[in-house]
Amino acid sequence: MSNIAERVKKIVVEQLGVEASQVTEEANFVEDLGADSLDTVELVMALEEEFGCEISDDAAEKIVTVKQAIEFIKKSLDG
Amino acid sequence: MRDRVAIVTGASSGIGRVVAIHLAKLGARVVLISNESIRILEALEEVRAISPESEAFEADVTSFPCLEESVKLTLEKFGRIDILVNNAGITRDALLVRMSLADWERVLAVNLTSVFQLTRMILKPMMKARYGRIVNISSVVGVTGNPGQANYVASKAGLVGFSKSIALEIASRNITVNCVAPGFIATAMTDALNPKAKEAILSRIPMGAMGSPEDVAHAVAFLASERAGYITGETLHVNGGLYMG
Repeated sequence: MSNIAERVKKIVVEQLGVEASQVTEEANFVEDLGADSLDTVELVMALEEEFGCEISDDAAEKIVTVKQAIEFIKKSLDG
Repeated sequence: MRDRVAIVTGASSGIGRVVAIHLAKLGARVVLISNESIRILEALEEVRAISPESEAFEADVTSFPCLEESVKLTLEKFGRIDILVNNAGITRDALLVRMSLADWERVLAVNLTSVFQLTRMILKPMMKARYGRIVNISSVVGVTGNPGQANYVASKAGLVGFSKSIALEIASRNITVNCVAPGFIATAMTDALNPKAKEAILSRIPMGAMGSPEDVAHAVAFLASERAGYITGETLHVNGGLYMG
């Protein structure tokens, strides 16, 4: 499980060009990590690719923090 | 544009066919999309003689599944899409009072909605690649208006606004979106005009002649090139002086 969290954080670091130390679970992509709307779309695309899952537009809208991303991925991999 | 992968819609005839050939000459691998089954094969043969890896898909641009399949197969074969030329277009002319809803909807579907669909599909791979050149074929009448063509003109003006909006959305990803607006170009579409109308048009063109599809293809190729990377949201007029933007 922690592996998933690490992979998600790594993608966030790569996509948003931020320091790993900034990517806490509570971090909000837009407010804390400086993502714009296009960045968040690309982040979702990168997560889909990394984990081979599909994230619907509705689901993507609800993923605004690192923690939410990790939880969504965990849930979709379990399902 | 050696080895760049370029999708051209409406590529079996008219301006689209010449654009496909021209991009091939510049080294691009071209994917032709058209709903004309025999002519698309003829066009492909012509393009492959120049750029052997080129491909063609018979697809109706108003069919979402057809477009999706074409994009999927393109990505499977080439792994990338660098250039998209949205060229497919039709006319269904009538004065507005006589224009049917079907004629309105058909023209908007082919000329404008297909561009929304296809552009949306290819944006993700372009965003990932941090590179893209999208060229939409508008028309001079999209900015001047033209009696009897309210549907066509609305679609062509729509492309200009669409292009500017998408240009703003994705400028930061090194993807440009521009229009080429041909004036009166010698193709089957303008052949259909009656001789009187043609004469009236010619008298208004300062250069005194219709343009050729090649004239348009050169403009498209420029906007599709790497060198045009700082130009976006622009409309390039190719009309012999008929209208100056």
